[in-house]
Amino acid sequence: MPKRRDYTNGLPDPSALRDEILKKYPPKIAKKRIKGMVINDPNEDQEIMSNVRTIPGIITQRGCTYAGCKGVVLGPTRDIINLVHGPIGCSFYAWLTRRNQTRPLEGEDNYITYSFSTDMQDSNIVFGGEAKLKEAVREAYEIFKPKAIGIFSTCPVGLIGDDVHSVSRDMKAELGINIFGFSCEGYRGVSQSAGHHIANNGVFKNVVGLNDRPRAGKFQVNLLGEYNIGGDAFEIEALFEEAGITLLSTFSGNSTIKSMEYSHTADLNMVMCHRSINYIAEMMEEKYGIPWIKVSFVGATSTCKSLRKIADYFGDAGLKAKVEEIIAREMAKVEAVKASVKPKVEGKLAMMFVGGSRAHHYQDLFTELGIRTVSAGYEFAHRDDYEGRKVMPTIKIDADSRNIEELTITKDEKLFRDDLVEKKAALESNGFEFKDYNGMMPDMAKNSLVIDDVNHWETEKLIEFYKPDVFCAGIKEKYVVQKAGVPLKQLHSYDYGGPYTCFDGAINFYVEMERMLATNIWKMIDAPWKNESELVGSLTIDA
Amino acid sequence: MRKIAIYGKGGIGKSTTTQNTVAGLAEAGFNVMVVGCDPKADSTRLLLGGLAQKTVLDTLREEGEDIDLEDVVKPGYGGTRCVESGGPEPGVGCAGRGIITSINLLEQLGAWDEKFKIDYTFYDVLGDVVCGGFAMPMREGKAEEIYIVVSGEMMAMYAANNICKGIQKYAQAGVVRLGGLICNSRKVDNEREMIEELARQLGTKMIHFVPRDNMVQRAEINRKTVIEFEPTHSQADEYRALSKAINENTNFVIPTPLAMEDLETLLIDFGIAN
Repeated sequence: MPKRRDYTNGLPDPSALRDEILKKYPPKIAKKRIKGMVINDPNEDQEIMSNVRTIPGIITQRGCTYAGCKGVVLGPTRDIINLVHGPIGCSFYAWLTRRNQTRPLEGEDNYITYSFSTDMQDSNIVFGGEAKLKEAVREAYEIFKPKAIGIFSTCPVGLIGDDVHSVSRDMKAELGINIFGFSCEGYRGVSQSAGHHIANNGVFKNVVGLNDRPRAGKFQVNLLGEYNIGGDAFEIEALFEEAGITLLSTFSGNSTIKSMEYSHTADLNMVMCHRSINYIAEMMEEKYGIPWIKVSFVGATSTCKSLRKIADYFGDAGLKAKVEEIIAREMAKVEAVKASVKPKVEGKLAMMFVGGSRAHHYQDLFTELGIRTVSAGYEFAHRDDYEGRKVMPTIKIDADSRNIEELTITKDEKLFRDDLVEKKAALESNGFEFKDYNGMMPDMAKNSLVIDDVNHWETEKLIEFYKPDVFCAGIKEKYVVQKAGVPLKQLHSYDYGGPYTCFDGAINFYVEMERMLATNIWKMIDAPWKNESELVGSLTIDA
Repeated sequence: MRKIAIYGKGGIGKSTTTQNTVAGLAEAGFNVMVVGCDPKADSTRLLLGGLAQKTVLDTLREEGEDIDLEDVVKPGYGGTRCVESGGPEPGVGCAGRGIITSINLLEQLGAWDEKFKIDYTFYDVLGDVVCGGFAMPMREGKAEEIYIVVSGEMMAMYAANNICKGIQKYAQAGVVRLGGLICNSRKVDNEREMIEELARQLGTKMIHFVPRDNMVQRAEINRKTVIEFEPTHSQADEYRALSKAINENTNFVIPTPLAMEDLETLLIDFGIAN
């Protein structure tokens, strides 16, 4: 068990650590890697290399494009059959692995407990798999009579040239339900991030705007980039309901395709995970004039801030009062738990390498407990998620990003909300910020080490250097890190825990950190003979 | 057993040359097996007298895994054993993967069993080596000798040079070697000299120059090889000479493919460019 360091007076300059990590790489690789490892200075504009190909041979955290499209974005939506065109493993291993929960209403369809696949065989590769795909669509329709079917392409589909889009069109005409395909072959991008973009495009093209239903509430909003892991969305939904905010649709935690069809009738879009879903928010603004703001419901402070921002947007006195009432009541509960947990964990050190926004959001929860984040980074984020949206015009478009279709959006003359555009302009003149994502780096301490697409070698060196008390990542990292005597909290699946959003979620997280950190068990990770030269024992033979 | 693959540009006459050569070897008393590796499945037509044979992949698709060797291996001219691997329609699926599947299946079924006493296996492979699947006969020692059918036309020579790049790649890791070039004449000026020079630069030899003769066409219309159709015709002797040259060949090399500029220089030197 490594000895803890004291960083009360600020973090040490990690230059030597960075050099030591880079020394191991061949010079060409080191030259590239250093651009993805930034010693943070929140007062400076620093550029970080991200969303570039992982170096072959490095043990990366990243997933594939198909995983981002099928697993992340469309996976949590319950009333669509997500049919995977490919060998069975691609479907099986993307099946419910993120612990997305869902709560169907009485009589509503729920298919997320099923794994659908065309189960491609050798002969489908040789002779083409379109016929089998059509059969699978018909079979799924026969059995379940769904309202929508999404078809997801795996690697071999792109290699042999099966056209999932033409099959979708044919089957849509034949069956009369909404069927659409995604060209999200695993190799299409540098990470799962490409899959998010492809999913955004597909949902916007084929689902959003199909149903112009009349208003159902005074304050209509959508929540984008919330995936209901461990029940996170349930917390947020309950909060909105109490405040009188009508949540039309979530992309895509606890969601339905049905609700996405009328999501364009909202007054405001709230973006939680900026990386995976900002595309839809942007396209909805262009087409329908719906403005978007960045929110976060991870951490009690962020939740208060986000709730107040929504209330300010609508500018309704009743809503503002209600929000304040909720905040006062809930914060009292939060503060009580915090007061008991914080003294036990304060001053401890955390590290998190996860996602495209979680590594940022969760720092808020740690800050509330007085836990310092010494190093953090994303798996698949782009520069704007690190440095803020202001750098977007300067992001270099490379061949990998060009590989993804860029939709041309035209204004919907009939439904375009000029009133919202005016509202936005008025609010902006009073200092209210829209599209306000400033990235993770300005919120991190000086000298914290920001690393994009961290790998196992770097992870080991980081642990040696910082001796953190908790490490946040996913299942691929969990046991390697824990063998080093550092508890790992999974922020993809929450390790069977959660929810961690809003006020009750914050309380859950505090208690979880108390359980994980205020314990001596991690000191016992080394076998006794590792530190003691001799073992003494006695043996009795019972004859 | 000698294992031979015939490559070359599409339309150059690989299948015709292969089958006529095989007929020559069969006539001379050798046991020959021919595996057509082209989705069009027309590599054994002349040996089988036009019989449209059921391909390995079609059989596999219809019968499932339960296949007998006799279902896919048909006896042809002079006791040759003929197989077509088959494949998808144009523009669908992956023909390369099909060839891999079908050769593996033939091996599983014991197509090369000792009891057949096979002297020669010929793989007749489609056009250019467009992907890994079509290189299958070269990989893993399925074929050990490669002959490239070529003519004095620029694109045919270009394709031959490309195929040599493939052979070079697999030769370094395995047993495959280039046996030589077969010139299937298109009556281009200085054709013989040019192909001999190309062969020299590739580090190999032109093992036979097959002159152009309409007898080949006539035999084809009658679904026969020249040797079977007009055994006494001079063209039949050309194919006999080719099969003899292959039978006696001992010159197996790792080719040295040309740079594009060198190939163009060669064409200019022999007057095609004028």
